[in-house]
Order: sequence, then C-alpha cells, then structure tokens
Amino acid sequence: MDEAQKPYTEGPMHSTAPVIDPGLTFASVTDKISSIVLKRKTSLAWFFGFAISFALFQLMMLAITNLLFVGIGVWGVNVPVAWGIDILNFVWWIGIGHAGTLISAILLLLRQRWRTSINRFAEAMTLFAVAQAGMYPIFHLGRPWLMYWLFPYPNTMGIWPQFRSPLMWDVFAVSTYATVSAMFWFVGLIPDFATLRDRARSKPFQILYGMLAMGWRGSARHWHRYEMAYLLLAGLATPLVLSVHTIVSFDFAVGIIPGWHATIFPPYFVAGAIYAGFAMVLLLTIPLRRFYGLEGFITMRHMHNMAKVMLATGLIVGYGYMMEAFFGWYSGNKYERFMIWNRMHGPYHLYYWALILCNIITPQFLWSKKIRSNLLALWIISFIVSIGMWLERFVIVVTSLHRDYLPSSWGMYQPTVWDWSMFIGTIGFFFTLLFLFIRFLPMISIFEMRTILPEAEVEE
Amino acid sequence: MDREDDKLEQPLAAGGPTLTHRRHAPPLYGVMAEFENPTDLVAAARRVYSLGYRRINGYSPYPIEELSEAIGFTHTSLPLIVFIGGVIGGLSGFFMQYWIEVINYPLNVGGKPFNSWPAFIPITFEMTVLFAAFSAVLGMLVLNKLPQPYHPVFNAPNFALATRDRFFLAIEANDPKFNHAEVVELLKSLDALEVNDVEV
Repeated sequence: MDEAQKPYTEGPMHSTAPVIDPGLTFASVTDKISSIVLKRKTSLAWFFGFAISFALFQLMMLAITNLLFVGIGVWGVNVPVAWGIDILNFVWWIGIGHAGTLISAILLLLRQRWRTSINRFAEAMTLFAVAQAGMYPIFHLGRPWLMYWLFPYPNTMGIWPQFRSPLMWDVFAVSTYATVSAMFWFVGLIPDFATLRDRARSKPFQILYGMLAMGWRGSARHWHRYEMAYLLLAGLATPLVLSVHTIVSFDFAVGIIPGWHATIFPPYFVAGAIYAGFAMVLLLTIPLRRFYGLEGFITMRHMHNMAKVMLATGLIVGYGYMMEAFFGWYSGNKYERFMIWNRMHGPYHLYYWALILCNIITPQFLWSKKIRSNLLALWIISFIVSIGMWLERFVIVVTSLHRDYLPSSWGMYQPTVWDWSMFIGTIGFFFTLLFLFIRFLPMISIFEMRTILPEAEVEE
Repeated sequence: MDREDDKLEQPLAAGGPTLTHRRHAPPLYGVMAEFENPTDLVAAARRVYSLGYRRINGYSPYPIEELSEAIGFTHTSLPLIVFIGGVIGGLSGFFMQYWIEVINYPLNVGGKPFNSWPAFIPITFEMTVLFAAFSAVLGMLVLNKLPQPYHPVFNAPNFALATRDRFFLAIEANDPKFNHAEVVELLKSLDALEVNDVEV
C-alpha cells in the first residue's frame, strides 16, 4: 500500500484534471465531509427528494401486499413467459450493484487512486441495489413465506435442496455477495464513524457514532491490521463479484432455451453489469456533487474515467450482441436462427432495436472528450444506458421464452400494473435508502481522502 | 503473532514500577506527545524505538505504513486467520453438498452421478469467500480488541483531533525503560507540540 501514501502528482500521462483539489488539507477534508452529516441544515430539496422516494417506496409495499394477498397471478407472468420483468429486474438491480464492488475492490487492487472519493458512495449503491434485487426472486416464488426452504437446514420433512440447480447457486451467490458487501462497507466506515464521534456536538449523535466506531482510536497497530483486513476483503470481493454475475448468467445459460443456452453469457453478463453500474454511479454522482459542492473531491478526472470505463464495457457488451447473432447464424440450428430472427423481426423487435440504439450507438459519443466533459450530456448518456441495460434483459428473458421449440406453446407477455408498481416501488426504496445514507453517513471516505493529500506523505 | 501486543495494551496496575515521582498520583497509562504532521511523528517514533522503548504506539487520522514500521509492528497473523477461514469454508461448503446429495438424500437428477462435483463448485466457492471474509472482519476486530468503549488514550488532551489532523505518540508506563522525567524530557526534545501525562 506504499502507493497510497504518496500524494497525487501530475505526470505527463495525466494531463487531465487532478484527482483531488490541490488546496485541501486534513482539516478541510475532515470538516467539509463530516459537516454534510453533522452541521449542514437539512435542505428543503432533501426533504422533497426523500418524500417522493418514500411515497414510491409505499407503492412497493402496496404492490407486495397485493401480491401476497391475491397471489402471483397479479403479475403478468404465465407459461410460456414464466420469468417476466420480475426476474429481469432482479438481474438489472444486481448488475447495478456490481460497479460499486468494482470501484471499491478491483480498482483498489489495481491501485487506481481516483476511486477513493467515489468508493463509499458506490458501495452504498451496491448494498441498496442488492437489497432490491434480493426481493424479486423471493416474491417470485409463488409462496414467498416458504423462502427459507431454499436454505439447507435440517427439517422434519427430511428433505434437502437440490444443489445441482443454478437457482440454488444463486441463493448462495447473492446472499454471500450481500453479506460481504455489507461487511466491506461497514469496515470502511469504522474510522469515519470515529471521526464523526469526535466531531458530533449533540449527545445522541456522539453516542450513536461512538457505538458504531466501536472505540476506534487510530492506533498504528490497529491501522496495520485494518489495512491488511481491507486489502484481503478487496482480494476476496474481486472474484466474488465476477462469480455472482457469472452464476446469475448460469440461471439462463444452463437452461436449454434458444437465446439462453450460450457459452458467452458469463463474461457478457459481467461486462453488462459493470456497464449498467457505472451508468448508475454517474447518474447519481453528477447531481450529488453539484448539490453538495463536492467538485473538489469528485473532479472531472473521475467523470472522464467513469465515462471511459462505460465506453469500454459498452463495447464488450456490443461484442456480446454481435456474437449472439453470429452464434445463431453459425450454429446452423433452425431454432437458434429463428430466435435471432424473432428478436430482430418478431413482435418484440422494437425492444431489440431500442436496445441496440441505447447500448451500442449512444455510448459511441463518449469517444469525444468534449462530450465526456459535458456533465449534462454524460448524465443523459448514463440515463439512456440504464434504460438500454433494462431492455437488454427484457430481450433475453422475454423474447427467448415467448417463442421456443413448439409453435403451439408460443405466447405473448404483457407486464401488468402490479409488475410496474413493484419496479417503480423498488426504485423508490433504493432512493429512500440513498437519501438516508447521504444524510446520516459520510458519503465520501474521509480517512481515505486524507491518504491522497500531498501533506499525507512522510518526508524522509 | 500478535501476542506482544496483548501486553502492550494492558494499562499499568496501580503502584507499578519506577514511578518514583508519581507515587500518590492516579495511576499513569503513559506519556503522550502531540505532533503537527506525519513526518515529525514518524521521526519521533523511530528515535524513541532506537532508544530501546518498545511499549510505544502511534495514533494517526489515516494509516501510515512508515509508522507501524517505526514502532516495530510489522507482522500480523490476520492473513493466516483468513486463509484458515477460507479453507474451512470451502471444505464445509463442498462436504455439506456431498453429504446431502450422496449420503443423506441421494436424488437422481437427469441421470447425473450422485457425486456430481462440478455442479458443487459454485457453492463451494461462495462458501470459501463467505468464511474468509468473516474471518477477515472478525479477525481484525478481535486482534484489535474492538469493540472497546473505554481506553486511557481518550483522556489525552486534544485526542479528538487524532481523527482529524493531529498525530500522537505514546510511551506507555509499563515499558521496562519507563522513567517519567526522562520520557517527558525525551518527547519534548522531538518537535512535539505538547507533551502530556495520560491517566488510566
């Protein structure tokens, strides 16, 4: 971690914006970030945003109540399309979460120091997105109150789960991912809780943050073990995040439905997840840094880098679409060929072409430095990419299922109002959690920001 | 191992050794010096260590690699704990599936062998990561003796700034070489902003 101790220096390779405002000091970094939580008066805009999110969250509660009361028939899913937008949303949300782990773990191992100012926020986004994702498969079960049957526990029925099924792998992958992400996030927060404990003025907050900080005192011995634990967690989270979306793609690829049964699925899903996740990080940080005046921490350098990651993963995803079409043609199998033809010209062809427009054409604008520097354009592109990734999963889930081998069992799928309520509701729940997070926790890792300041270097 | 550390963090019992000046004062945890920047702190820590003091500790608002080296703390058994945790997780993940699918509840799925081990790998992997991650977090907390609501160093003046922009070095009273007057004199000579006694 010696790299982390050195201040950022402007080399010829980095002629773009610096990774942190050069005028900042230990004191100003600490005070500025902690004051967002401790001192800044809660703005009217926060209450407004929170109220809307919370209202949508109630819509989710309503949708879930109705689902539990009436049954899964309130959703549009039925044979042949038994996995409608509910499984689609599961994949979409969990994909969004992956960018957070990528930023916090993989970029840490690659010593990309610009990650420091966005990792806390991105990890929070991961956690909240995984919380949304986790709900869908459970409520999709038909009898959600028996969801604990998925876990291997000794029971009076004398039966066990079937571990050869990718759906069981999914249970373990997603629950491990949620647990490890939560631990990684909490460990990262401990020194910042200590900072807030020491800065808080009111007794309740001193006690609250004091309990969360667990007596952290910045001892050199503690830091040494802490850094080791953090590095090991990053090393564990890196293969984990790749495995999670690989296993999610197995949910499809292990099935024999044309359009699902493809070897390209794991890498293509992982790239898509990172693509969607970075779009979401940009979508959220662009307004947030403006609103809280964090331009000194999250600089244009971050925007450029995230846009570049988005472009690169977008190209991988584009390659995936090309290969899907190529496999369909090259297989010589009439069902595979029909599947591709049906995607492009069948009843859902508009979704397919909208997906190509959103996910392949739109990100090409990011080649231009001028567009990468224009925050409004970047925000709009991120928004379009988020929609595109949703459409991608729609195309994979719905168009593959609705016409498979037997024309007699073909059918159409239409999401109902309850499907949409659940989806919009989870967006509300996601933003509710996010609004609470930015109000009560430091959204930028304070102690890691200190390490990248010029004055953090020990002069020999 | 981290055993050395256990002794280091023990506060001195009342009436400890060599406290000639402070026989009737409250028991002393140690002497704390405050520094303005990491360079001064690391230089002071190196000097104190070279003079033979071993029960010393630095406090900083962010991790400083040079500091833990300067106080002679470079080894932690955390990687070993995480490795063992991962191995236990992987083995229990695999053999849980083996026991269920082969011994306790054999089920013929598509004519696959009962011990269809490739299908057990994803869960084995996830369990490895889960156990290793728990070992990393709990291992770090246990070795650091956290949660610990009270610690004498919190009594030091200005210590709240250790989570902002100040750097501290403590020489603990249970150091065999500890002599109150000498230690205070030494720390004052090392560019410290302030030198204070810390009571238990």
